[in-house]
Amino acid sequence: MQRIIKFTFILILIFTIGIFYLSLKKDNNYSTVNLVGKKIHNVKLESFEEDKLFTLEDLKKNNFTLINFWASWCAPCRAEHPILMNLNKTQKLKMVGVNFKDKKKNAESFLNDLGNPYDFIARDELGKQSINFGIYGIPETILINKELLIIKKYVGPLNKQDYYKILEIVSNL
Amino acid sequence: MLSNLGNLLLFLSAFLSLSLIYFSFQCLKESQELIHSKIFQISLVQSTVILACFFTLIAAFIISDFSLINVYQNSHSAKPLLYKISGTWGNHEGSLMLWVIILVIFSFLFLIKNKLHPKKFRLYTLIFQNIIILGFLFFILFNSNPFTSISPVPKEGLGLNPILQDPALAIHPPLLYLGFVGSSIYFSAAMAALITDYSDKSFALSIKNWVLISWVFQTLGILVGSIWAYYELGWGGFWFWDPVENASLLPWFAMTALFHSLIVLEKRNLFYFWVIILCLMTFILSVTGTFLVRSGILNSVHTFASDPGRGIYILSFLSLLIFGSIFLFFKKYCAKNYSINSNSKETFVLINNWFMMFYLLTILIGTLYPIFTDALTDSKISVGPPFYNAVIFPVVVAFLIFMAVGPNTKWIKNRFDNLINLIIIAVVAIAINFAIFYFFKSYTILSNLIIISSLFLIISSLNDLIKSIKKSNIDLARIISHISFGFLVFFIGLNHNFSIERDLNMRVGETKKFHNYQIKFKNLKLKDYDNYKAIIGNLEVENIKLGDKKTLNPEIRIYENPRTLTYEAAIKTNFIKDYYLTMSNIDRSEFYNIKFQKKPMMIWIWISVLFLTLGGFLRIFKNAKNN
Repeated sequence: MQRIIKFTFILILIFTIGIFYLSLKKDNNYSTVNLVGKKIHNVKLESFEEDKLFTLEDLKKNNFTLINFWASWCAPCRAEHPILMNLNKTQKLKMVGVNFKDKKKNAESFLNDLGNPYDFIARDELGKQSINFGIYGIPETILINKELLIIKKYVGPLNKQDYYKILEIVSNL
Repeated sequence: MLSNLGNLLLFLSAFLSLSLIYFSFQCLKESQELIHSKIFQISLVQSTVILACFFTLIAAFIISDFSLINVYQNSHSAKPLLYKISGTWGNHEGSLMLWVIILVIFSFLFLIKNKLHPKKFRLYTLIFQNIIILGFLFFILFNSNPFTSISPVPKEGLGLNPILQDPALAIHPPLLYLGFVGSSIYFSAAMAALITDYSDKSFALSIKNWVLISWVFQTLGILVGSIWAYYELGWGGFWFWDPVENASLLPWFAMTALFHSLIVLEKRNLFYFWVIILCLMTFILSVTGTFLVRSGILNSVHTFASDPGRGIYILSFLSLLIFGSIFLFFKKYCAKNYSINSNSKETFVLINNWFMMFYLLTILIGTLYPIFTDALTDSKISVGPPFYNAVIFPVVVAFLIFMAVGPNTKWIKNRFDNLINLIIIAVVAIAINFAIFYFFKSYTILSNLIIISSLFLIISSLNDLIKSIKKSNIDLARIISHISFGFLVFFIGLNHNFSIERDLNMRVGETKKFHNYQIKFKNLKLKDYDNYKAIIGNLEVENIKLGDKKTLNPEIRIYENPRTLTYEAAIKTNFIKDYYLTMSNIDRSEFYNIKFQKKPMMIWIWISVLFLTLGGFLRIFKNAKNN
C-alpha cells in the first residue's frame, strides 16, 4: 500500500513539473495570429437596420469578404476609415462592418460624417459575436474567401500597405 | 568598474560556499564534537562578501551607473533617492541578490545560534543551505547577472515603473523574501535531521524560532503588499486572489501549520515526520511561487520581463529540491502509530493542520488549474474570487470555532468542563451579530455565521486572557494572535457587507446625490513635479445626514520615463470608515469617471494583521529568553 502511495505521489509531481515545462514553452500572450488559414464558423450577425440575420450562407455568396470591426468611440477606426472607403470601390470585395459595443445613434452619425463603406452592417452591442471571430480589440479586420477561410487578419488600423495587399489578393482571382 | 567588482564578489561568494561544503565534510569525519573555528570564520566572511556585493549594486543605483544593464533598465537619474535604492530589488536580477543575502545570513546565524545541538546536525544544515546558496549564485552568475555591463554607456536610464515608486513597495519585497527565503533554513535543517536521525523534540527547539521569524515577515510582507494594492491599484480592494498573491499565501499556510505542529513535537514528541514534511513543503512552495512568477507563466502586476532560460533554470532547481528531499524522506520514513485521544490538544493542533492543508490545497489547485488546462487543452480559463470565496469562507466558520476551543484543551486527555462557559460565549456572539445586522440592515446567512464565529473566537480568547491573568500564567503571544485573527475576519466581514460603491460620470462644477451622500466636483488643478505631472481633482464628499464634509483629491499622473498614466486614489481614513475615490478622464469629453466607495473598518483590517504579527514577535522573544 505504502509503495502505491509513494509511486502515485511521485507520478503526480513528475506530471506537475512536466506541465510547468510545457507551459514555459508556450507564449502566454493571447494571440489570434494563428487563426489565419482557419475556417470561421458559428456566425450569426444581427443587421444594423432591420430584424435580419446575417449568416455563413450569406458569406459564402461572395468571392471575398472583408469583415471590419469598428465603433464610433474608437479613434484608430476613424484613422482607417478613408482606406475602407477606397476599398469599397473594388467590385470583387464585399464589405461587412461589425459595429462593436456601440450606441446605434453614435454609429449612425459616425457613418453620416465619414461615409459608409460597408455593404452590410451588423451590430454586436455586447461584443460577444466578435469573440467568435477571434477579435480582442478594435479596429480589427479579417479577409475571408468563399470557403470561409481566413486569409488575412489585421490587428489595429489598416494602412496603405494593407490596402494594396488586399487589392492584390482580391484581383489575383 | 562596479561591474568587475560585483562579479568578483559573486565569484568569491560561490568559492566560499564551496569551501564551506568542503570543510564541513572534513569536519564531519573527525570524532570531536566541536566545529572548527575556520568554518565559523568562512561563514562570517561569506556574509560580509555577499553584503558588500549587494552594497556595490545599491551604489551603482545611487550614482546612476548606467554602464550596468540592470541600472540602465530599471533606474533614471531624476528618480528620488529612496526609489533609486529600492529599485535595486525592484527587478528580477537585483531581487535575486536579496534572496542570496537572506540565504547566507540565515545560514550564518543558524550556525552560531544553535551551539547546543549536535555537530552533525549543524554541519549538514550548513551543507544543504550552501547547496541552495550555490544554486542561486550560479543562477545569478550565468543567467541573471545584475552586474552585466553595457557598451557604449547610455546617457540616461529607462526608469522604473511608476506604480512601483512607492514607499510600501520599497519594503514589500524585502519583508516577503525574509519569509519566503527564511524558510530555506528549516528546509536545510529538516534534510539534516533526516540524514542524522535527529528526530526528537530538540529538533523542534532548533527550528521553532526560525519558523516564527519567517512567518512574521511573510505576514508583514503580505500585509504591506495588500496595503499597496489597496491605495495604488485604484480598485478599492485589498485582496484580488491574483495567482501571485496566492503564491505568497501557500507557504504562509504551510508555515502556520508548521509552528502549531512544532508545539506537539516539542511537548509530546509526536508528529516528527509530519513536521519534516511541512518544513520541506514550505520552502518547496516558496521556490514554486518564485518559479511561477519569474518564468512568466503567470501574468500579473508582479510579472517581470519573462525569459524562458530563467524558467528552465528555476524549474530544474525546483525539481532537484523536490526529488532530493522526497528521496531522502522516503528512505528515512518509518510509519509510526500514534494513538492520541480524540479530545486532546494534540487532536486540536492536528485539526488546525487539516484546515491549513485544506486552504493550501484549494488555493494551490485554483492557482495551478488554469496553467494545466492551458498546457493540456489549450483553453484559457481563469479561476478567480468566486471560486475562492465560495470554497474558503464557509470553512472559515468551522475553523474559527475550533480555533477558539482548541487552546483551552489539555495535553493527552481533555475534559470539557467549561461547556456552559462556551455556550454563554456563543449566545453573546450571536446576540452581538444580530444587533449589528439589525442596525445596519444587510443579511446573508454566511456573513452572519462568519461574524458569529469570529466574535466567538474573540470573546473566548478574551475570556482566556482574564482567566490567565487571575492565574498569573499568561500566554500573551497566543492570545494576542488568536484575538487579532478573530478581529481580522470580523472586520473583513463587516467591510465586505457594509461597503458602498458608486460609479459616476461628472463634469467640473457638477453635484450628484445618492443614498445619504452628495459629491461635488469643485475644480481641477494642474501641477508639475520632478518626475511627473499631475491633474488633481478637488471633490467634496458630504454625508447629508451627519452634515460631515470631506475634501478628496484624486490624481491622474503622467510620468515621463517611461511615459505612463497612473491613477492615484484619494483616500480619507478614519477609525470607522474610509472614503475612497478615484478619477479617470474620458477621452475627448469634459466628463470624468468618478468612482466613490465607502469602506467601513478598513484601518482595523491592517491593525488586526499587525497585532497578529505582534503575537509572533512576542513568541520569538519569549523563546529566545527561555533558550
